[in-house]
Amino acid sequence: MPEAETMVKVFARPTSLNEKHFTYCPGCDHGLITRLVAGAIDKLGVQERTVFIAPVGCAVFAYEWFRCDGIQASHGRAAAVATGLKRANPDLVVISYQGDGDLAAIGTAETIHAANRGEAITVIFVNNQIYGMTGGQMAPTTLPGQRATSCPEGRDVATMGHPLPVAEMIATLAAPAYVTRQSLHDPRHVAQAAKAIEKALRYQVEGKGYSLVEILATCPTGWRMPPAVAHQHVADVVTGAFPLGDLVDRG
Amino acid sequence: MAERQLMTGNEAMAEAAIRAGLRAYFGYPITPQNEVLEYMAAHLPQAGGAFLQAESEVAAINMCYGAAAAGVRAMTSSSSPGVSLKMEGISYLAGADLPCVILNAARGGPGLGNIAPAQGDYFQATKGGGHGDYRLIVLAPSTGQEAAELAGLAFDLSDRYRVPALILADGMLGQMMEPVTLPPPRDPGTLPPKPWALTGAKGREPNLIASFALEPTVLREINVKRYARYREIEAREVRWEEVATEDAEVLLIAYGTMGRIAKTVVRRGRERGVKVGLLRPITLWPFPYAPIRTLAERVKAILTVELSAGQMWEDVRLAVEGRTATPFYGELGGVVPTPSDILQEVLRYA
Repeated sequence: MPEAETMVKVFARPTSLNEKHFTYCPGCDHGLITRLVAGAIDKLGVQERTVFIAPVGCAVFAYEWFRCDGIQASHGRAAAVATGLKRANPDLVVISYQGDGDLAAIGTAETIHAANRGEAITVIFVNNQIYGMTGGQMAPTTLPGQRATSCPEGRDVATMGHPLPVAEMIATLAAPAYVTRQSLHDPRHVAQAAKAIEKALRYQVEGKGYSLVEILATCPTGWRMPPAVAHQHVADVVTGAFPLGDLVDRG
Repeated sequence: MAERQLMTGNEAMAEAAIRAGLRAYFGYPITPQNEVLEYMAAHLPQAGGAFLQAESEVAAINMCYGAAAAGVRAMTSSSSPGVSLKMEGISYLAGADLPCVILNAARGGPGLGNIAPAQGDYFQATKGGGHGDYRLIVLAPSTGQEAAELAGLAFDLSDRYRVPALILADGMLGQMMEPVTLPPPRDPGTLPPKPWALTGAKGREPNLIASFALEPTVLREINVKRYARYREIEAREVRWEEVATEDAEVLLIAYGTMGRIAKTVVRRGRERGVKVGLLRPITLWPFPYAPIRTLAERVKAILTVELSAGQMWEDVRLAVEGRTATPFYGELGGVVPTPSDILQEVLRYA
């Protein structure tokens, strides 16, 4: 038997993802996260029920890449837009994909109140500790001492505050079904993050309510680091400031 | 099967909205529109709609954005300071071509101002209070009955043209109880379909709701197409009422609560033999430029009366273009002039 006929496809583009090119910088984790979200949509078979909400920030084009209905939210308001979609049509599967500036600075109120109401939505929170789209300014999650274009001497916690612990804050609330923090710095953590995203989406489909998956992501461009160094930085430094793991699981 | 009931203007608008097929309302407490929020809390869920008290006006308008995108009739209500907070969201609704109804029970301003009736939000409502080139359909009821009728019309026009509609009312209209004949309830299932809505991409290509186009020529094309719809609205949807204009020598122009008071001025003036008439704009955008221009050819003066320092007055002067005198009489800070105050002004030009 010819060798070609014995080959089995073990890895493919998720069907929820179309073939358009990502607009992310080389080495950025957004592309990987986008792929993991699409994989979870495929696994749960909800592509035809899903509405994907893109934020303002580097992921502003994210709706372009999914074979799902999409909507673009104004800066920080994705959780409110998600609430409106889900309340108007509870059969929809609503995914809100947001960065740290969007979710944890300008959109803090919407984030906390949607979580506190237990809206049956899935929030993917990409925490890369910087405003990437606008050129590398300080984010609410920027680490103490970390340099950014708007804190060139490094974040001084005495005047600029501390990194906002979003997952821990949301975990104090009574309503959320699943709150977790994940990382992508090595294949084992990527696999764990994939499972976490799938669980968060499954809880929505099963009617268990609100989920937030915080993902520690790299921004090689904004951090001025090669991608491999950036992932090592996540392993060595960022996970120290933002501990990994499940904080709430009411499944 | 029309029903006549005694209700406040706020309740009339809320009930009429539900009967028009409203299925998602999001609001936040602010005087003088709290009765709308409370009416929706009590009645919308029974009608099969979603009610939610939002954490802010900002959240409420963005919830409307989501619900409107899902294809249901969506509404929010607020009062001046809260409507200012909604303005970014309203710009996004306009930019994404989403229908939605926004009620502004306007109050004295600027800033926190007060809760008395005022018309200082005319510019914000009609000239684009949010950013970018856009328009809202703006309806200005002057009685409880008209408020109920315009609430239904606001949804129909907003859906037809995919342009958000704003009802510009005030606390006097909202709080006053009057007999209102309500329209019969409509089944949302009988409304025209919205093939653009986000219902899940089952058996069709994905739908996208966005106001984002980085390429200038693309964004220009989107805006040009939207402006073609605006031109259609201007051609087809101008609404106004005329009272005793046939032989009028002094023409009053006033809308909303002020329009209602101006009707009394016309009646009292006519009783005294003063040839005074009234043109009351019902749509503030599109504005009734043409009928005002026609009347400007034959009256001695057009007196604009507003609860502001003269905002609609600018549109009146654009319509008149110097054809006749265009004096102005206004009150500020939530002070409402009496018919006698206004009649004194009319007599100066008669």
